[in-house]
This record gives sequence, C-alpha cells and structure tokens, in this order.
Amino acid sequence: MNTAVVQAVLGGAFTHQRGRLALSVLAIALGVALGYAVALINAAAVGEFAGGMRTLSGVADLEVRGPRGGFDEALYATLARDPDVAVASPVVEVDARIAGRDDALVVYGVDAFRAAAVTPALVGAADTALDLLRPGAVFLSPAAAAWLGAGPGGTLTVQSGVRDVVLAIAGYAGGDAGRRFAVMDIAAAQDAFARGGSLSRVDLRLRPGSDAALARERIARTLPPGVVVAAPRDNAATTERMSRAYRVNLNVLALVALFTGGLLVFSTQALSVVRRRAQFALLRTLGLARRRLVALLVAEGALVGAAGSVVGLAAGYGLAYAVLRVFGADLGAGFFRGAAPQIAFDAWSALVFAALGVAVAMTGSFAPAREAARAAPAAALKAGDEQQAFARLRSPLPGLVLLAAGAAATRLPPVGGLPLAGYGAIALMLIGTLLLLPRIAALVLARVPAPRAFAPALALDQLRGAPGQASVSLATIVASVSLMVSMAIMVASFRQSLDDWLAALLPADVYVRAGPAGDSAYFDQRDQQALAAVPGVARVAFLRAQALVLDPALPRVTLLARDLPGDDPEQRLPLVGETLPRRAGDPPPVWVSEAMVDLHGMHPGARIELPLAGRTWPFVVAGIWRDYARQQGALVVERATYVALTGDRSATDAAVWLAPGVTPAAFRAALDARFPEAARAALSTPGEIRALSLAVFDRTFAVTYGLLAAAIVIGLVGLSSSFGALVLARRREFGVLRHLGMTRRQVGAMLATEGAAISAIGLATGLTLGFVMSLVLIHVVNRQSFHWSMALSVPWGSLAALAAALLVLAMATTVASARQAMGGGVIRAVRDDW
Amino acid sequence: MDRRIFLTMPWLLAAGRVRADAAYARVERGAALVFPRDHGSHPDFRTEWWYVTGWARDADGADFGVQVTFFRNRPGIAEASASRFAPKTLLFAHAAVADPRAGRLRHDQRAARAGFGIAEAAEATTDVRVDDWSLRLAGDTYVARLAARDFAFDLAFGAREPPLLQGEGGVSRKGPREAEASYYYSRPQLALSGTVTLDGRARRVTGVAWLDHEWSSEYVPPEAQGWDWTGLNFDDGSALMAFRMRARDGGDLWAGGALRDAAGNVRALGRNDVRFAPLRQWRSPRTGFVYPVAFRVDAGPVSVELTPLMDDQELDARGSVGIVYWEGAVRALAAGRPVGRGYLELTGYGGPIRL
Repeated sequence: MNTAVVQAVLGGAFTHQRGRLALSVLAIALGVALGYAVALINAAAVGEFAGGMRTLSGVADLEVRGPRGGFDEALYATLARDPDVAVASPVVEVDARIAGRDDALVVYGVDAFRAAAVTPALVGAADTALDLLRPGAVFLSPAAAAWLGAGPGGTLTVQSGVRDVVLAIAGYAGGDAGRRFAVMDIAAAQDAFARGGSLSRVDLRLRPGSDAALARERIARTLPPGVVVAAPRDNAATTERMSRAYRVNLNVLALVALFTGGLLVFSTQALSVVRRRAQFALLRTLGLARRRLVALLVAEGALVGAAGSVVGLAAGYGLAYAVLRVFGADLGAGFFRGAAPQIAFDAWSALVFAALGVAVAMTGSFAPAREAARAAPAAALKAGDEQQAFARLRSPLPGLVLLAAGAAATRLPPVGGLPLAGYGAIALMLIGTLLLLPRIAALVLARVPAPRAFAPALALDQLRGAPGQASVSLATIVASVSLMVSMAIMVASFRQSLDDWLAALLPADVYVRAGPAGDSAYFDQRDQQALAAVPGVARVAFLRAQALVLDPALPRVTLLARDLPGDDPEQRLPLVGETLPRRAGDPPPVWVSEAMVDLHGMHPGARIELPLAGRTWPFVVAGIWRDYARQQGALVVERATYVALTGDRSATDAAVWLAPGVTPAAFRAALDARFPEAARAALSTPGEIRALSLAVFDRTFAVTYGLLAAAIVIGLVGLSSSFGALVLARRREFGVLRHLGMTRRQVGAMLATEGAAISAIGLATGLTLGFVMSLVLIHVVNRQSFHWSMALSVPWGSLAALAAALLVLAMATTVASARQAMGGGVIRAVRDDW
Repeated sequence: MDRRIFLTMPWLLAAGRVRADAAYARVERGAALVFPRDHGSHPDFRTEWWYVTGWARDADGADFGVQVTFFRNRPGIAEASASRFAPKTLLFAHAAVADPRAGRLRHDQRAARAGFGIAEAAEATTDVRVDDWSLRLAGDTYVARLAARDFAFDLAFGAREPPLLQGEGGVSRKGPREAEASYYYSRPQLALSGTVTLDGRARRVTGVAWLDHEWSSEYVPPEAQGWDWTGLNFDDGSALMAFRMRARDGGDLWAGGALRDAAGNVRALGRNDVRFAPLRQWRSPRTGFVYPVAFRVDAGPVSVELTPLMDDQELDARGSVGIVYWEGAVRALAAGRPVGRGYLELTGYGGPIRL
C-alpha cells in the first residue's frame, strides 16, 4: 500500500503532540544521559586508576603491604633474601598534606636502586643518579606538577607533624602514569615524615621460573600479623570494588529515569493511538496488515527513543566532562584520589545506552500499538469503540505473585557486594502494583459512598463501571509518586541519621585536626601537651587514626584509638543495638562499625585479634556503632590500650572542651599565641563540621533531588496524556450526556471528580508503595551497598504538602487535558455514528 | 691502579659537584698499609674498588676473559640521616665475560645502598657483597660468586705472593697535583680456578688473574680526557702494571706503573718510564667510537705488544652507569712471541671524561 498515506497518517501524530513528544524524548534523554555519564566517568576514573596502578606497580609480581602506618623495615631484609625473590623494593608511602592547602599528595619514598628493577615509574628522571638520593630532592609526576603548578627548580612544602618540610623539586617521575604523586629517597622520606624504622610496602619481583602462587603462599606464612602479600592487580581490583556499589546506585537512578521515560512514551502513545483509532482502521481496511501496523507504531516509539538517545548521549558526554572538571576523578566520593583521568568517547557503552533508550521507548509503545492493531477495523471505523481499549480487567494473580516475589527478594543477600536483589525487589513490587492497579481502583471505588451531587455520582459510577480505564492513568502516577516518595523518605532518613550521628560524634566545643588532608600531619607528645596547656582549654581528648589490613582481599580498615571517658566509654559512640557488659578477665574492648559486621563477620561478644605493631592482640567486640564516614569499616579502641600495645603516642585529631565563657575564636587566638605551629592545623566547631557535612550530603544527593523533580513532571505529563486519552475515547459519551441535558460545567465537574478520584487513588497507592520501597532502600539497598544502617525518618510534613500539591496539580491536569480532549466537537461527535 | 672507570659514573660526577657534608679521609704519603685490615673497606674515603680481571681456559682449551668488580662509594649526602636506608655507602658490582666465539662481551651489574645484609663491605678483610654477588678473601684465596643475566661465576683466585704495593709504599699519584692520589695495591699472578657458566653450561676453568684494590677521596685530574691502563701477568712469573692519563690536548698528562720480577723484586715506574703507542684501531659498530685496541707498551725495561683476545670488548654502560669504554683481555707479545696475558682498559674515547 501507499507509503505516503501511511506516512501522512502516522506523521500526524508527531505534529499533533509536539509538546508531549518533546517531553518523552527528554525523559529518555535524561535516563540515557545519566547512565552514559556514569559509565564515562567511571571508565575514565577506573581506567586511569587501573592504568596508573599498572604503571606504578611496574613489573612487580607481588606486593607486601601492611597497616597505613607501616611495618618493621627488618622484614625487607628477610624478603630480599627469600629464595624466590629476585628483587625486593622497599617503599614508604605517605599521604603528605600540602602546606597551605586542604589537599594531600602521595609521596613515595623509594630505593632507586631497587625500584629501577621493579617499579621504574617510581624512579625520578635525573641527570645523575645521585640526585635521586639527595635528601631534600623530590620528583613529581607530570600530573602532580600540573596540579601543583610547580616544576623542577621550584619547591614543594609539605606538612609533617605540625611542622613544614620544604623539598626541592628536582625533576619528573612516573612517565605517563597520569597520576598525582611525588617520589623521593626512602631514607629522606623516613626522616622527613618520622617513619624511621618502618615501611609501607615491599614490591617483589620473583626469579624467573618461580611459581608466583606458591611463592605468595609461602611468603604469606612468614609475614608478621597485619602484613599481607598480594598481586598488584588484586589491589587494583579491590579499589575498583570499593566504588562499585556507588556506581551501581547511580546506574540504577539512570535506569529509573529511563523507566519513567518509557512510561511517558507509553502514555503518550496510548493517547495518540486512541486519537488515531479511526485512521488506523482505515489503513487496515486499505490493506495494512495488523503486524505491519504494530511495527509502524513501535517504530514511532523507536524514533522517539532514538531522538532521546542521541540527545542523551550528547548530554551525558557533556555531563561527564563537567563532573570530571568540577569534582575530579573521584565522583566527589573520594575513591580515586590522585588519578587525573581524561574522558574518552566510549562507543561500546554509548551503544548500550542508546540501545536501552530505544528499547525502552519501543517497549513503551508496544502495548498501545497492540491495542490499536487488535481492534476490528470495521468496528473501529465506527465511533464508540474506543472504550474497549481499556476494558479488560485482568486476573490479580500475576500482580500478587510479583509482590510476593518482591517481598521475598528483600531477604536475599547481596550479589557480589551489590544489592541486586534489593533493586529487584523494588522493581517487582512496582510492576506487581501496576498490574494490580485496576483491582485496587475497583476495591477502593466500591467502598466510596455515592455522592449526592449529580456529576460526581455519575463520575463515580463511570469509574466503577470501567475500572480498567483508570489503570493507564494510574500507572504513570503510581510509578512516579512511589519512586519519588521512596527516595524522598530514604534521603530524609539518611540526612536525619547523619545529623544525629554527627551530634553524637561531636560532643566537644572545638575540633583540631593536625592536618585537614593526608596522613603526614600529627601531634607528637609535646604538641599534645602544648595544646592542652593553651589557656581556656578545660579538657582535651586525642584520637589516633590508623589503617590496618585485616583481610588481604579487602581494603584497609580504619582503627581509631580514642580517649574515651573512663566511666562510660560508650557514651561517646553512636552505638547501634546492645552493648556487651564488661567482664573481668576479658581482653580490651573494641567497638566495630556496621561495615565490620557485614564485611568481616564481627559481632558483639566475638573475640578477635588485631595486628598492632607487628603482633596480634586479643580484643573483644563490645558493641557496634554506626559510621557514615568509613565505608570499608572502622574500629574504635581506647587510646590508652593502643598506646600500651604499640607505644605510639602521636595523635591526629583533638577534641577540645573549652572553659566556661571561652569562645572558639578566643581559643584560636590563644592557640596561635601559645602554640604557633598549630597554625597548620585545621580548627572547626561541631556546627561548622555539621554544616559542611550536610552541605556535602546535599550536594551528593543533588542528582537525586533533580530526579525527583523530573519524576513529578513526568508523572503529571503521563497523567495528562493518559487522562486525555480516556476523555478522547469517551467523547461520544459526553456528547450523549450533553444531548441529555447536562451542561458543559456539569460534564467538567464530572471529569474533575474522575480526575480527583484517579489522582487520589494513584497518590495513595504511590505513597503506600513508596513507603514500602523506602524501607527496602534503607534496610536492604543502602545496608548492602554501603554497610551502614539508618533510622527510618518519614518527612510527614513535606510528604503531606507534596501529596496535596500533587493532588491539586493532578486534578488541574485532568481537567485541562479533558477540556483539550473534548474540544468543541463533543456534541458533533455523537453524530459520527449516524 | 687506575680502575678509575667507576669514577666516571654519574654518581661520582655528581659527588664532585656537590658540596659534600662528609669530611672525607685524605691519602697521606708515608702511611703504611696494614694487612689484612687494608684488604677490607675504608668507608672514610670517598671511593674504593676491588677489581679482578683474569684469563680462564676451559677443558676444551678455549680462552675466556673474566672480570669482576666491586665498587664502594660514599657520596657524602645523607650523612646526618637517622634512617637505616640512608645512602651513606653505595655498593656496585660489575661482571663481564669475553668469549671470542660469541664475539662480544656479556656483562651485567648490581647496585645497592649498603645495609640490611643485602649489600655490605666489611672492614676487617675483603668481604663485599651486593645481593647474591660476592667477593671474599679467605686465607690467601679470593672467592667470587655471582649469577648474572646470561652467565655465572664461581671462581677462586689463589694468591701466591704478598700484595704488590703501587707507587710509594701503596700511595699512587694520579696527576700533577699531590692530592690526586690513591692508596693502591695489586695482587698479580693469582691462580684462577672454578666454574664459568655460559649458555647454561658450567665449564671447569683454570687460569691466571689480577686483583687491584684501590681507595681514595680525590684523584682524577680535571684536565684528563681519559686513560689507558694495563695489568699483565707474564708467563715467567713477573708482572707489570702501567697506565697513562691522557690530557684533553692529546698529550700525556701523567703516567706510572710498577714491575715485579719473578723473584718478587719491585721496580716503581715514574711518569717518564711509561709509554703507550697505539698499533691498531677498531671502530665499534654499535657506538661508532674508535679504540686503539692494540698497543706497544714500553715500561722501564719491558717492551711488549698488546693484542686483544677479540676486538669487540666494548662495554656500553650508558643505560646504567652512563659511559662507554673498552675493557678487554689482551695477550702480551715480545718479538712476536706470547709472553703473558692480562687486561687493557681504554676510557675517554667516546668524548672526554667530564668532571
């Protein structure tokens, strides 16, 4: 048949609904853009990080590493003499705070003689090799030089303790590793950063013919507690895994955006199909095969999807570029510090997300297309057939099965560290509820008492008579409202929990960090005394942060040695659940964060061993605390215990209680006067820390807020489309009503009632479903992704306001779309049949 | 003498420029060397080396040149460091084997800062090691063990005579200024025996070798372009060391040597007693540098012609220690008749040795 005719008929759809089509395209574009941007940023960051790691680990077959503070350097001699080891290269790694900046640079102290054979990227490029050994000389990677805005001939000032160390930039190192770091002689690094006697790492190159796995196993058995041996690529994998949950969550947001986009396509197409019902029937009678019609309509959806994908890919690329420029490689989450990635067009993921966008749009248009093709052409050519499109009321069984499956899925453990079952549960619940919508509508409407006014009563009767009709309108609003509500409750709970946590964690008046970044800053014992002696200080509690390797396959966990009040050490910890009473004869207590429970299987009462200062010491897990700061897990021990076991008396942080009447500003002035070195330390009040933390939180969730707004708009547009479709389908009904004597106003009132009823049912269902989904987000998805719990905190007020606003908006939308759909020809529409 | 090759290493070039925070010990005329103490290392001095070169013959009658060197350097930086990694003492080792059938040198090296038992140079007697490369003196026998990239040595060098003190009682002048001197003694006519592993095949070898032990804090004259050196073990049991320092203007800047006869009588040779006359040039196909690989050497009463075991004994160490030189096994001929075997060292032919 004539393609021109087909094109004319189908093309009409596009000209008629430009606004809705544009929105559909934008919704698809939003999902594609978000997904593609996440993929690009991640590819850039992970790729660069892994590449940099490869460059930096050179030809090392194995890597021996221990706590952040290092292990006894005597181990180097043992490893170097190992029969399987060809070259052992000792490394001191310091995250050095850059003086005057709230930033740190990784400084590797290496023995150039050894590193040259194992990790050549860690050897500076010097005219004379002796320059590499000079105590004050440092070599910067090109990325670090660019970042610092300094180069050979200049100086680099870093903080060690609370004092400055000035290093002369002697040249470059690292080739094209693309990462920010500096290299200096190992002895100089030990001296400059008070790391005498300890190493952070020993890189091993094995003899040709040595079996790496056997050597690794054998070496592992000889290592002191807290020191592990692993292949460098395992460490890269560990780092990659750290950021995975974060990335997956962003990708799920992208999928949610795509899903809502699909819903929008669905409702838009549903409306457009109803509008063109007679045209399709005409085409069918002219010989267009049913399958061909479906294909044509699905192709329409594909076109929308393709347009959305193209816009989305471009926007995603721009978004990724902007994010990398603004936040750097680490997505603002601190996973990839030191990496300086370049964004590169990734054809493969572009293809995947474009295909997803098209597929979603095609799926969205498939159901309306089938409905259109299903109609018998002869009947459809006649008016009054449209209601069939929405007439069928399906069995509730599939919906109920899906809901049950969703509930069951919340019980499943994470898959590969990812909360896939949790996301699955949410999807199942959503789809299950959508399938049940006609039933729900029928159930609710059956219980609504008949209103006395004529128009509303008629509206109710209409809805009761054909609950299936409402389900299309309901679907979009339920989906968007439930997604929005679940995220709103989750974010609100998280924010509230974070706020409470900060309040519990920050009881003092002022907090002093030796350095705001890196691990090179600390207070030695003299500094601590000086700090405590500053006038106006009532009491000081110190904290020593350390990082331990408990499991070679997992990232280091943080050990916090804190001065805790002797009588009740636990009052200063944001504990969750029961704590263990202290019993005589027990080893010293350790309080573990929730991540330690999830990742390391610790539980209250468990006897554990911690590697400190090259030995293992028994501890008993006394309680679990909530930690939003360290995803990989953290342990708290009393500082007195830590000092007794390790002899390490230095501190990284101090909590200061001021005497009555002393302000933080007065304290700062007194501190500067009495302890000038502390000028390098960062001083903050709990209020500042809280404001900063919440600001960071809000920034992190800004994308979520944006999506919430988008979900609302999409939901309303969807509602408008589908309601418009409904009204259009019933034009003859209205015409009859008008002929029977109902006024325009009365028909309007009837439609407004229907709109209000549908909106109210949709909102109520969406709110309920959203609440349930928020529980899944909070207790399953978040816990499994980030290993922290949060208390449910429902923002009733804002939810109520939002619901009311939505109800009004939904009613207004339905009335407006009803008006538009009725147009002027309602009365004439009746005549179409005659 | 003048195994000054290591002096030209970038390490030392730099050390010359640096105002070292170390107070180096000075070479004093008249100070007597005491053994076995002076077989050991002298960490107060800036540089020191133990340099073994020898001719080895396997069961098939094939000749090889073998060379093992351990070098100690005190760069004078990080003297105040409290770290056990402080680079107060650096140790290098270098080994080469000249196999005429291969036609070129195989060589390898090791470098490390002293410490942790990984690299050490004992003071009591010769006992120096870098990783699994070592040279030790036990009784009158030196033992060198090392496994290089494509060869390995397990060699003993038996001394039959007391050390040959160079210069004035072991103080050897290197240039026109008095400070340009070193403590220097040689062990000629060492009986070489042991195993050389080449291409995975261990060969029992015997032969004759030469050891130099030299330490100092200052020496190479700034005007030097390079030097020629030879140490020869004559078949009659006598031995000759001769060197000349070449000036940049082409003339001889300094020269010297020592001759010991079979009976053990030593004659010191002054700067006018030693002459090197090139006989034949060889151009390196790799670097394009031209070396006089054959010489007529006149040293006191001795006049010999030196011809190389093979022409290509060039050591291109630019990738590691930064210089290219020629260090090779040579035969000594008198009136066309072989009279001895030894080593010849030629430096400064790829451009002046810069200081």
